[in-house]
Amino acid sequence: MTSNGGNNGEVLLEMRGLRIEGQSEDQWNEIVHGIDLTLRRGEVLGLIGESGAGKSTIGIASMGFARPGCRISGGSIVFDGMDLRAASDEQLRKLRGSRIAYVAQSAAAAFNPAHKLIDQYSEAPVQHGVKRKGEAEKEAMELYRRLRLPDPENIGFRYPHQVSGGQLQRAMTAMAMACRPDLIVFDEPTTALDVTTQIEVLAAIKDVVEEFNTAAIYITHDLAVVAQMADRIMVLRYGDLVEEDNARDMLANPKEDYTRQLLAVRTYRKEEAPPDESPVPLLEVRNVTASYGGRVIVLDDVSVKVGRGRTVAVVGESGSGKSTLARVITGLLPPSEGAVLFDGEELPATYKKRSRDQLRHAQMIYQMPDTALNPRQRIRDIIGRPVSFYLGLKGADREKRIRELLEMIEMDPDEFIDRLPGELSGGQKQRICIARALAAEPELIICDEVTSALDQLVAEEILKLLQRLQDDLGVTYLFITHDLATVRAISDEVVVMLEGRVVEQGGKADIFTPPHDPYTDLLLSSVPEMDPDWLDNLLADRAARKARGEKVMETSDQ
Amino acid sequence: MAKILKMVTQRLALGFLTLFVVSMIIFLGVELLPGDFAQEILGQSATPETVAAFRRELGLDLPWYTRYFDWLGGVVQGDFGKSLASRRDVSDLIGGRLLNTLFLAAVAAAISVPVAMILGVLAALYRNTLFDRTINVFTLTSISFPDFFVAYILILFLAVNWNIFPSISNVSSDLGFWEHVYRVILPALTLTLVIVAHMMRMTRAAIINLLASPYIEMAMLKGISRSRIVTHHALPNALAPIINVIVINLAFLVVGVVVVEVVFVYPGLGQLLVDSVAKRDIPVVQASCLIFAATYILLNLTADVLSILTNPRLLHPK
Amino acid sequence: MAQIWKLLKSAPPTALFGLAVIAAYILVAIFGPLLTPYGESEIVGSQFELWGEGFVLGTDNLGRDMLTRLIYGARNTIGIAFVTTCLAFLIGGVLGLLATTLGGWADQLLGRLVDVLMAIPILIFALLILTITGTSVPVLILVIAVLDSTRVFRLARSVSMNIVVLDFVEAARLRGEGTWWIITREILPNAMPPLVAEFGLRFCFVFLFISALSFLGLGIQPPTADWGSMVRDNATLITYGDITPLLPAGAIALLTVGVNFVVDWFLHKTSGIRDDK
Repeated sequence: MTSNGGNNGEVLLEMRGLRIEGQSEDQWNEIVHGIDLTLRRGEVLGLIGESGAGKSTIGIASMGFARPGCRISGGSIVFDGMDLRAASDEQLRKLRGSRIAYVAQSAAAAFNPAHKLIDQYSEAPVQHGVKRKGEAEKEAMELYRRLRLPDPENIGFRYPHQVSGGQLQRAMTAMAMACRPDLIVFDEPTTALDVTTQIEVLAAIKDVVEEFNTAAIYITHDLAVVAQMADRIMVLRYGDLVEEDNARDMLANPKEDYTRQLLAVRTYRKEEAPPDESPVPLLEVRNVTASYGGRVIVLDDVSVKVGRGRTVAVVGESGSGKSTLARVITGLLPPSEGAVLFDGEELPATYKKRSRDQLRHAQMIYQMPDTALNPRQRIRDIIGRPVSFYLGLKGADREKRIRELLEMIEMDPDEFIDRLPGELSGGQKQRICIARALAAEPELIICDEVTSALDQLVAEEILKLLQRLQDDLGVTYLFITHDLATVRAISDEVVVMLEGRVVEQGGKADIFTPPHDPYTDLLLSSVPEMDPDWLDNLLADRAARKARGEKVMETSDQ
Repeated sequence: MAKILKMVTQRLALGFLTLFVVSMIIFLGVELLPGDFAQEILGQSATPETVAAFRRELGLDLPWYTRYFDWLGGVVQGDFGKSLASRRDVSDLIGGRLLNTLFLAAVAAAISVPVAMILGVLAALYRNTLFDRTINVFTLTSISFPDFFVAYILILFLAVNWNIFPSISNVSSDLGFWEHVYRVILPALTLTLVIVAHMMRMTRAAIINLLASPYIEMAMLKGISRSRIVTHHALPNALAPIINVIVINLAFLVVGVVVVEVVFVYPGLGQLLVDSVAKRDIPVVQASCLIFAATYILLNLTADVLSILTNPRLLHPK
Repeated sequence: MAQIWKLLKSAPPTALFGLAVIAAYILVAIFGPLLTPYGESEIVGSQFELWGEGFVLGTDNLGRDMLTRLIYGARNTIGIAFVTTCLAFLIGGVLGLLATTLGGWADQLLGRLVDVLMAIPILIFALLILTITGTSVPVLILVIAVLDSTRVFRLARSVSMNIVVLDFVEAARLRGEGTWWIITREILPNAMPPLVAEFGLRFCFVFLFISALSFLGLGIQPPTADWGSMVRDNATLITYGDITPLLPAGAIALLTVGVNFVVDWFLHKTSGIRDDK
């Protein structure tokens, strides 16, 4: 994708000093502070940054559009010689869909549930007077085939809810292509997908964009993904440009600290914890089978052992049953068969029957720190409650312990103890959740996707904090995650799950070195790497193996 | 298709079960409450013999289930028993009045539904403009007014001061259609004013909710014209919520007639009910309550079923 | 104090109007007897005297002072509606929160019961019961409160349903907290804004409902001064173009308009905060 546009093509889109304001509580605040952006024909530009960087707002501004609660307040946007800020609504309308198209993050929400896929495909060409319906439909089938959707002649006649997430995302890419636009804005098109599905969508997008020599703005928070897609990358932070460069040059030789941090984000590795010498593991899940409402089995004969002071990562994609496993261990979902043993002693199946001490020993940290903290309680009460509830501390002792805990999670007690959760950032909230878990002085902490709602740099800080706490306190972790980078960073042992079963388990080194179980292989090979050639090489490798007649497992979301 | 059929059947079954339970409540409410009902009606001065005879006449000496099923059996055949006050058949009393009530409700609905829909959609499309704010203040005020306040204001101006419409809606069955409409125009207007406000606010909320959907933004980014977005993208998905709004308000309307009928001395079921409550004419009260409740339940059931039938996710299962 | 002042300054004129109306009504209700020389049911003149000297707003159908009746009516009508609403919230709110927190069969049972009760229009149900029980103020309050509590139950349940699934409630459960703690410390503080708004709306509904019943002659009974029955008693005047019967009706309307304006502002404010997240 490097040779299409480069620096020689004709300029297609040019933004100068773009300023955008967002509304909060009847006030307008600037969220994008004068961005310059140039895009040539056939070029793919990656916009990357963490939340609040303004990347999506800038991307959508290239269509002359601002979402409700936002407004373009300054600068110029010129698309193919046309000033979009001066253009009339009617001129903009004619441009959108026909010459600039948009691919949204959630295809499931962006497709109208009342119409068939192919009707939504042909709507833009017919309405813009580019093609007749029959012609558009024929082309749709062509594109569906090209995007490797199953049954391309008929899939278009389905409704959005009848098609899987990965397929919908490809159908939306096809829809964006319908008028053969000059520019497509991809707004985090794979963020909501599982890694193994992501590959298919990335490959499909890359293929059609190259085929039609379409220019694209590719928005994502994941540098490894953008590395596969973009010719050039702009790194954004808080509505400002941090660095802009050719993709390969930036990866090889980042100039700014912030870019370097983003690049280094997946390289953290902990030292392996000493093996647990005691004969009885701290936690044992023994042959557990569980279902919701007795019908659909979500866990099928699962056994896991967690040794003292170790970190065991349970990894799997959506629907693998990894979160259900956490619910069984905490007693929220009593298993239909099997048992959970803590320190060799069988725990009652439901948390309601567990003693206060049994509850205290296993604490939980959640994925969404926003919903894990009661927004109406102050930090003092959030952390103080388990201190007094489990340990019976009162008055000055309680206050002293709360302050100790805040210091353990590297937050200044004087500054934070009287705050409400709404006054904290996402990372700080997650730290409070950790402190609340520690307040119980537990032996085991179950971490359920604790970093996936956080920006990458913040997530890494949280992982490091958790590791330091383990080193200091000897606490044991059970890590539930879908993210292999997290697994690599923090685990001592790994359990790979697929469709409610354990596919493979063992030490981290064993799992990450071949030979793998076919699913582990698929999962591991699907994690994007910071190498611009990674996707091409991977696809070539998989194709070659298939050609040799080897069995290559594919995502269930075909 | 099998799934949708199953869901509709389930709703219908549930609706009829509710109807059955409600009829039981209406019939047995008398039973469950403390005190001897016959004694209450006849007063403290009644001799024990009179009370006993009265109880026999009402069938109060029989077990409740026998009486309930006798009553229900009669109801199914249109026989609601005899009025305590006038000794006439309840069905005779009710028949014509029910038609009058339905006529009034129909006139009110014919005016209010289109007005509310149009205003509601406009307010949603021009959200936060002066038009929207004005409408909001107007509807809030209108919702806050008691029915009889609206009614008397209309009487004061349209009947007394300007003498355009009659202040008393005196109708009989020999009137022509338009004469009938003319006579009920004031009560119908009263109902309209109250109901339009509710219906319009609900429509506005439903449409705003819908317009915030990502697929509407997608349609805008596809360069689809505003009118086509409304007709093609919003409307098919708005059907279910809008039907819901209409039917809920129709149900509200049927009950709302009670007060309005009293104000305008309109010979409908509502007025009969109020009179009978005052006279404690139990069989008439039971019959009227059952009819009102049944209409209400059936309307809500219709809304339920229609919203299943217009849901694309259910119409085209996986 | 400064905060309250700031809040008031940011309020739209409709909300300020509403607040002023509510304050005025409360004052009149409290200090009513001091504002008028006559007693509540005291017959002081002949029937239907015109507005003027002695009787500012004339007299009613029995020769009682209209203004005096209006002032006492504020006490009775608002007082009864307020007590009824409080009772309805007590019943419906507690049951709704219990249903979500306990879940399982308790939730199912209460849910079905409320479904059936709500299948009957509230006016029809009230008329049915009042036929049997007869009308007295305590009965009226009890009946309407119970019927209205079904609506409160629905709302309390759906609001707390959204809260009870949040992780912080799960965390409290897993900590071993009891039901009482979970309801009062975890759920209730977060359910307050919609419940407060609903209190305003339910009060309006109950207030209008009691007035309607009284207007029909089936609510608050004479000689207690009450706005609904005052409209009914003096309604004949309207046919002579006399607006006196519109006064009690207008008094009802003004208060509900005021409350609705304030609630509308409150809803707008609290939902605005939610959008920020």
